[in-house]
Amino acid sequence: MTQALELAARRTLPDEGAVTRHDGAVFDLRRRRDLAAAEVPDWEALRERAAALKTHTLDHLDTYLERFEARATEAGAVVHWAEDAADLRRIATELLRAHKVERVAKSKSMLTEECGLNAHLESQGIHVVDTDLGERIVQLQGEPPSHIIVPAIHRSRAEIGALFHERMGTPRGETDPEKLTRAARRDLRSRFLSAQAGITGVNFAVAETGSIVVCTNEGNADLGMSIPRLHVACMGLEKLVPRMEDLPVFLRLLARSATGQPITAYTSVVTGPREGAELHIIVVDNGRSALLADPGHRSALGCIRCGACLNTCPVYRRAGGHAYEGPIPGPIGAVLAPALHPAGAALPHASSLCGSCTAVCPVRIDLHDQLLAWRRELPRPRGEALLGWLAALVLRSPSLYRLAGRLGRLSWPILGVRFPGNPAASWLRGRKLPRHPGASFASRWARRGQGTGP
Amino acid sequence: MEVGLFIPCYVEQLSPEVGLATARLLEVAGCTVHYDPQQTCCGQPFLNMGATASGAKLARRHLQLFERYETVVCPSGSCTATVRHRYPELGVGEEPAGRALRARTFELSEFLVNQLSRSHFGSEFPHRVALLQSCHGLRDLGLGSGSEQVHGRRSSPAEELLLAVRGLTFVPTARDECCGFGGTFAVKFPEVSARMGRARLREWAEAGAEYVTGTDVSCLLHLDGLRRKEGFGPEPIHLAELLATGDVA
Ligand code: SF4
Repeated sequence: MTQALELAARRTLPDEGAVTRHDGAVFDLRRRRDLAAAEVPDWEALRERAAALKTHTLDHLDTYLERFEARATEAGAVVHWAEDAADLRRIATELLRAHKVERVAKSKSMLTEECGLNAHLESQGIHVVDTDLGERIVQLQGEPPSHIIVPAIHRSRAEIGALFHERMGTPRGETDPEKLTRAARRDLRSRFLSAQAGITGVNFAVAETGSIVVCTNEGNADLGMSIPRLHVACMGLEKLVPRMEDLPVFLRLLARSATGQPITAYTSVVTGPREGAELHIIVVDNGRSALLADPGHRSALGCIRCGACLNTCPVYRRAGGHAYEGPIPGPIGAVLAPALHPAGAALPHASSLCGSCTAVCPVRIDLHDQLLAWRRELPRPRGEALLGWLAALVLRSPSLYRLAGRLGRLSWPILGVRFPGNPAASWLRGRKLPRHPGASFASRWARRGQGTGP
Repeated sequence: MEVGLFIPCYVEQLSPEVGLATARLLEVAGCTVHYDPQQTCCGQPFLNMGATASGAKLARRHLQLFERYETVVCPSGSCTATVRHRYPELGVGEEPAGRALRARTFELSEFLVNQLSRSHFGSEFPHRVALLQSCHGLRDLGLGSGSEQVHGRRSSPAEELLLAVRGLTFVPTARDECCGFGGTFAVKFPEVSARMGRARLREWAEAGAEYVTGTDVSCLLHLDGLRRKEGFGPEPIHLAELLATGDVA
């Protein structure tokens, strides 16, 4: 059976040109990350420190969550707990309704994507405008983000130009990124000013002070937080760091790993609401506590959503983010998928296990080992399990093994042609069969031993 | 030195010349080479599929067969990495004897360069050659460093061996990523796998490489299949075969 990601990849990046463009754009981020990491002599020590902090926080998450709630409440924020996606949608809708909100300015948040908040609010008659440029592009396009940092990276300049022409009246054929950005800014500015509430994600939450930290490059979250009277911040319950002094460790790693910048352009620490406004923080579980309770998979909750594992992943770059058909693509998406949504159970197989993700992850999540662990734990398709069992049986018997090899060599000419049911069909899709190998190593070795030479 | 030859299943069945070239090199390096035809497969495909029970049976069988050798050498990074680092995930090889055997199992290039301290064999290969550093060798065995590793980089034994080959022009490339083989990945995700491989072939072709060499037959067979289908890209040749030239031939 052909895997979902394989089929989706053939659709989302339909030809070699699209693949190459996407690969180049994404790999450019990886290259920038390399340069930025090289500038920091204690880079590896920093990763080590971040990993230790995350491990400690996750091991004591209940304590830190309680502390965070108490301190945030003291500071004047209201903390809500959402068990799942539906809960988040309900709480957010109730809050917005209570404030008679019709127009919301939203900055980038992978969590609200995961929970389907936008579509739900729209269905309730609340108009949402995504204010991050990339996020706005995919919103106008009517599709989900394909990357957690650069949501529209799968779109070419020409496509974005055409979209803006249609939706914002930019000149036909305009593809200059600067001009397009300016047009989007103008369009967004008026929407900011008329928004009655701001919804943001949360990059970090500091237990010691009850603060939330929001990082953006466009300052759009800051506008969303400071113009309207209502700020709703949505965070996964894993976002905590113990103390304010732990924050720089992550800030130094986050932007460098994501885009190669030393720090994101706007990093806002919000402690309580501003004068005359309300701050509501919705802490979302949605499968996370189950992951937390599983020591074998807990490490995945340490993710700071920098996107570095996506950028380095040769599978992600050649398949495109939409091929993962979930809120988070790439290696971390494939690691989280089996725990967060049932359709994700096949994703741990969508990897060549090259291990580059593990090598770049700023919090040192054992990503490719996690994929392998899921492969061991998740049930295997019956046909595959049977085939595997048979193969193992053959491989445990040298005589059967030799026989199978002989049969394989005999059927070589047939295996190379296309016919229905050819077991080599999948191999032959983009490749030819290896050349006929001639005799096996064992028989060549035996001849060599008799002095006839190979 | 007495060496047990560890011939992966795909070398046994699909690339016997690589096994013969490996034996030849080891003999030139002064080793006595033993080959036990009872060997089949180390269990790697089962480990990667998550088929722990089958993998464990093959792993135990492998350790039993090779126990008697002072040193085990294998012309494959991924099979060596499976034995050395991954057997514990199958619940195998953690007892003292198992640990000891796993620690004396080496990939060919690391054995020649790091264990025997030898990189000059008098090989001759007057061509422009690119190197594919297969992922498990690179990141599990540490046979070099992936390009994402910007601090504390390690040297690559394969590269060292190539630089000592007479007439060979080494063709470096900016990218060093996975060729797209990945075992069952190549058949479960054939188009994505092929896209990865074609990208590597294109980069090497643009750099003017006539051959691409590497430590893993599996990756090279995948690349060869792509190349013959597409009609471009350097010809794959396993490092052992490349080195079994000139004075070694
Ligand atoms: S898993 Fe690691 S590399 Fe990937 S997005 Fe999360 S923090 Fe970044």
